[in-house]
This record gives sequence, C-alpha cells and structure tokens, in this order.
Amino acid sequence: MTIDAHSSGRTSAPADQRLIYARPEVLADRSTHYCPGCGHGVIHRLLAEVLTELELPAHTIAVAPVGCAVFAYDYLMVDWVEAPHGRAPAVATGIRRVRPEAFVLTYQGDGDLAAIGTAEIVHAAARGERITAIFVNNGIYGMTGGQMAPTTLLGQKTTSSPSGREPSLMGYPIRITEMLAQLPGVTYAARGSVADASQIGKLKAMIKKACRVQIDGGGFAIVEAISNCPVGWNMTPQESLDHLRGPVARAYPLGVIVDRTGAAAGPQAGSQPAGGPAAPGSASVQPEA
Amino acid sequence: MTAHHEGSGPASPPSPAGMPATISAGDSARRSRVLMKGNEAIAEAAIQAGCDAYFGYPITPQAELLEWMARRMPELGRVFVQAESELGAINMALGAAATGARVMVSSSSPGISLMAEAMSYMAGSGTPMVLVNVMRAGPGLGGIGPSQSDYFQATKGHGHGDYRVPVLAPASIDEAVELVATAFELAEKYRTPVMLVADGILGQAMEPVSLRFRTPERRTGDWALTGAAGRPPRIVKSIDLVPEVLERRNLDLQRKYREIRRHEVRWDEWQLEDAEYAIVAYGTAARVARSAVARARERGIKVGLFRPVTLWPFPERELARVSQHVHGILTVELSSGQMVEDVRLAVEGRCPVAFHGRMGGLVPTPDEVLGALKALRGKVQRAAADPALHHDGGRS
Repeated sequence: MTIDAHSSGRTSAPADQRLIYARPEVLADRSTHYCPGCGHGVIHRLLAEVLTELELPAHTIAVAPVGCAVFAYDYLMVDWVEAPHGRAPAVATGIRRVRPEAFVLTYQGDGDLAAIGTAEIVHAAARGERITAIFVNNGIYGMTGGQMAPTTLLGQKTTSSPSGREPSLMGYPIRITEMLAQLPGVTYAARGSVADASQIGKLKAMIKKACRVQIDGGGFAIVEAISNCPVGWNMTPQESLDHLRGPVARAYPLGVIVDRTGAAAGPQAGSQPAGGPAAPGSASVQPEA
Repeated sequence: MTAHHEGSGPASPPSPAGMPATISAGDSARRSRVLMKGNEAIAEAAIQAGCDAYFGYPITPQAELLEWMARRMPELGRVFVQAESELGAINMALGAAATGARVMVSSSSPGISLMAEAMSYMAGSGTPMVLVNVMRAGPGLGGIGPSQSDYFQATKGHGHGDYRVPVLAPASIDEAVELVATAFELAEKYRTPVMLVADGILGQAMEPVSLRFRTPERRTGDWALTGAAGRPPRIVKSIDLVPEVLERRNLDLQRKYREIRRHEVRWDEWQLEDAEYAIVAYGTAARVARSAVARARERGIKVGLFRPVTLWPFPERELARVSQHVHGILTVELSSGQMVEDVRLAVEGRCPVAFHGRMGGLVPTPDEVLGALKALRGKVQRAAADPALHHDGGRS
C-alpha cells in the first residue's frame, strides 16, 4: 500500500518527515454513530483504503443494509442506495445489470444477510453476479438491542435468548459463507476478523482481493468479517476482542474458503489462507492508536 | 442513462416467434392492427416505451408477459432477469431504477403482496418504476380467474407508511398499450412508482391491437446514482430518524400527491349526457357494464357509463358532478365491493349508490348487471312515490 497516495494533501508532513498514515478522502471526516469498540468503524476504514487504492470511489454504487450499518452512507462518500432489510444483493443485481461499468458493493450484517436475506444472497451468488459483498458478522442484532441472530454462538446469552442459545429450541449457528462457497457462481469467498492488527491486515487483503475479482470480470465475491459487539455481548471492548479471537473464531474459521480466480489471481494478496503470512502491502495497516 | 436505451426501438430487430415483424418497423406499421394477448401487448408496449430493464417471477395469469420479455429484451441488448422471488424482482427493480434506468416489473396478486415492501421504499425514496398487476382472485392463493379484488391494495395502502401511487386501469388491450407509456411518463415526472392494474381477462384475452406505441421523453434527474465522479455523492433512501426531518419529507410527498390529484385524474364517460342512472366500473367490469348500458337503453332505461381510468387519483369531482344529474348509481366490480367506497365518498349521499359484484374469478354477465340496475331503479321509484321513504345511499 502506498500510504501517501491517499493523503491527497489534506495532511502534510514536515519536510524531514514522511507521512505514513492518513484518512482516505472517501472516508468522511466525522465521528460515527457506532458504539465504542465496535468493529464497523475498522471495516469502513479498510473499505475506504481499498476503494482509494483501486481508484474506485468515482465509479462505486454501494448498497446499504438495514441494521447498524444503515448509515454507512454518512461515512463512505460514494453513491449509495438504501435496500430493504436483507435485499441488498437483489438491489445490487439491478444496479449491476443496467450499469456494467459501475463498481457495485454491498455491505450487510448477519441478521440482514444470514436471516431475512438468505434467498437474495444465495441467488445473487448462484447467478454469479459480479458484485462485491461485505458481510459483517457480529453474531447479534445490534441496532435493535442485542437479540439472537442466526450466527449467535451456542450458549450465548442475548436479549431474545436470555438463558443462552439452546440448539434444541433455537437451532445452530449458520456458516453461510461456506454454504455460498459451494456455488460455482462464487469466484471468491473468505473470512477475516477485526480482532487485532494482524487479522485486520489480512482482512484488508481479502477485501482488496474481493474488489479485484469484480474489476477483473469475475463472479460473485464475498468477504465475511467476524466482528465484535461489546454492547450487545455485554463485554468491555477488550473482552469482546478476546472473545472474537477465541470462541467466535473457532466457530467461524478464518481464511480463504474458496478462490476460483485461478491463474488470474495475480500478485495481490488474499488468496492465501489467513493463517499464512500477511500479504505484502497490507502489513503497513495499523489500527490508529 | 444506460446504454440500453433505443428510443422507439431499433430499425429492424430480429422478430421472435409469434412476434409480428411489423411491430417495430416504423410509423406506418405502428398503426397496423394485430391479434395479441394483453400480457404480450403490455410487454411490447413497455419495450417500445424504452424500458431498459425488466425483472419478474412466474405467476399465472401474467406469465406470458415475463416470457415475452425473456425473448425480446436480450435480443434488444436490454436487461431481463428472472428473479428468485417477487421480493427479488422488485428489489432488482429498485436498484436499477435508482441508477436512472427505465424499469418495469409485473406480477399477479399474491406476488404483488410480496412487492409491497419495496414499493414503500421506492415511494419513500422517490424512485420511478412501473409495476403491472394482472389481478387474480384472492384472498390467499385464491384462484387464477380474473378479479379486481386488489383495488384496496393498489389505491389505499400496498405497503407501510403514508404514501400513494398512481394506479392506471385499462379496459382494453389498446388502452393498456397507451397507459404503459403514460405509466412511465408519470413515474419519471413525479419520481414515484406507478401501478397498472389489469385482470386475468385483460391479460389472457386476445384482441386486435393497434400497435400505437409511444416512447415518452426521458426525464433524467440530478438524483440518479451513476458513481460520484466530479460531483458530491448521491443517496437514494427513505430513512430519516429525526422526526422533524422525516415529517418534512412526508410533507413533500403529500405536496407531490396533491399535484398528482390536480393534474393526473383520468376517466371516461359514455352515454351520460341524458342519463338518469349511471354505472361506475373500471377495467373488464366496465366492458360488461357497457354491454349492460346498451341493453338497458334498448329497454328504454336511460343509463350511461362512468369509467375511472386512474383509480388513484380517483375522479371524485367528476363523479360528484355526474351524481348531481342522475337518480342513482350502480357500481360494478369483480370484487365484494371495494371501489364502491370511493364512489360513495365522491357522491356524498346525493343519490343512492348500489353495488353488484362477483368474486372467485367469476365475471358478472350484462344481464346480471341489467338486473341490478332495474332493482336500483325500482327502489328509487318507490322512494319517489312515497316521500316518507328516504334513500339510504344504497347501503341496505
């Protein structure tokens, strides 16, 4: 990653120093509505960096979900359309088909994508729609007050599973990205995490790869980011990150689930398992102190 | 705009099976008459109106519309997608329309129910789109026979929230062809979804079609999502969590609806000049009513037909004027009586309003309608003979 590429003169460094980190222009200069410690901000930031590095903001039409990220359009300065709950992949399909030249991005949470929107995501993937889907899985309905999601871990207490998720009554967590990866229309599917700096670097590489798939004319590409919800999980931000690294990552294994780009994958990172070395170019991403 | 706009159609597109070669071959050919199914004529009218993208899901009795689009749109280089559900179809339409494309979706009653959610979002965000409902009998899965039992759904509240959509109701395939173009016009002029309601008969019947296609001029707004190159980002949305802001948004919508009420009311009158009675009916019911009017006139009953073409906005002032000159009004529908509520609101008790309808996919015969008309006349005459009997607006 060439850091100075997106500093765009907004922040200049003294002559004897080199600016190595700045806010991408496409990321709005405002504080977010997200709760303290929430992973959405990190994922927005990664998206902003990737879009900037791939020179995509002017071509992007993004689809916002219903859920905590409903206001994503306040933070990423691209064209946005609001989708009804779960319908983002269908809305993106409509955009894709009439605007072949656009970069089409969806951003959905786990309630949106893995519960109410399962038909839309499955069939967009099955059609191999040339869209890039960002799927933020924090295992809970955050915006409505911390109810159980299809992705909630077994035993996890939520406001609608107050005694913990009991599989005989409430079923099992869905690994929907693995389900989607079986479809031949899916060119790339991967799961990353916002648990720490190393994971965030790998997640960025995955997002970049999923965007490149679209640019290169591939099919459906999805990156699931397992993320934390300190408020919904009843944890401090630090506890929630430890939980994310532990039980959540064990339930939702990190890495590339499918990569059908083949030889066309090119030098960009993301096609290697997340357990491998961080990709060149992504290692410089560090969370802000 | 997208690259798929061909204006009035390319000079000589390949002709699909069953498609008259003359259909897009210029103005003189456009005035020829061919035998077409209503569903097919509506589909072709949308194509000739410059529809860039169609999204659908199979359902009887509108499947021919989807099939026509499946053949024609790809050969014109335009977009056809068979969605995974009606939810999928209308949300694809939402996405495509948000970029400024001219978009149509069609379905029949149960599928239209599924589309209510996105319609509300489109009304709220000002997204133009044309939705065709080839109505079938309900409730629930009901049957596949013709019906007008989605009048409430179309005019009173398809989805949630304070919104309205213009509803156009053709009574012939020729009129459907014209109103498809009108629907696109209204959708773009007012930035709103527009519904065109037909019924199973209009969709399935074949009749000579004039092929008077029309391509409305495009109104490209400064709202369409095209990628924020050289301009600030645009957002197509309906959400506003600040009550004052959301109320302003609602007030803007209501202003738009007043404009539509003022300028877009459409209706048709037949033999009302000397009429002592009026039948109010739309769509297929109006064609039955027309036959009933002719038979009644043969028997010396002076009756005329008042036919709403826009179900919303309802031609209430025009009907109120008619109600001042007649002794009674009979409303005929393929339902239990839905539009009749708007008829009574417009008439405001100035004369009795009676109702005759059939349900379940049945269509009243002209003789049935004539019988209902005679019953109304008998009641009015008895009331006139005995001033102690005040009419009750036909409610009993």
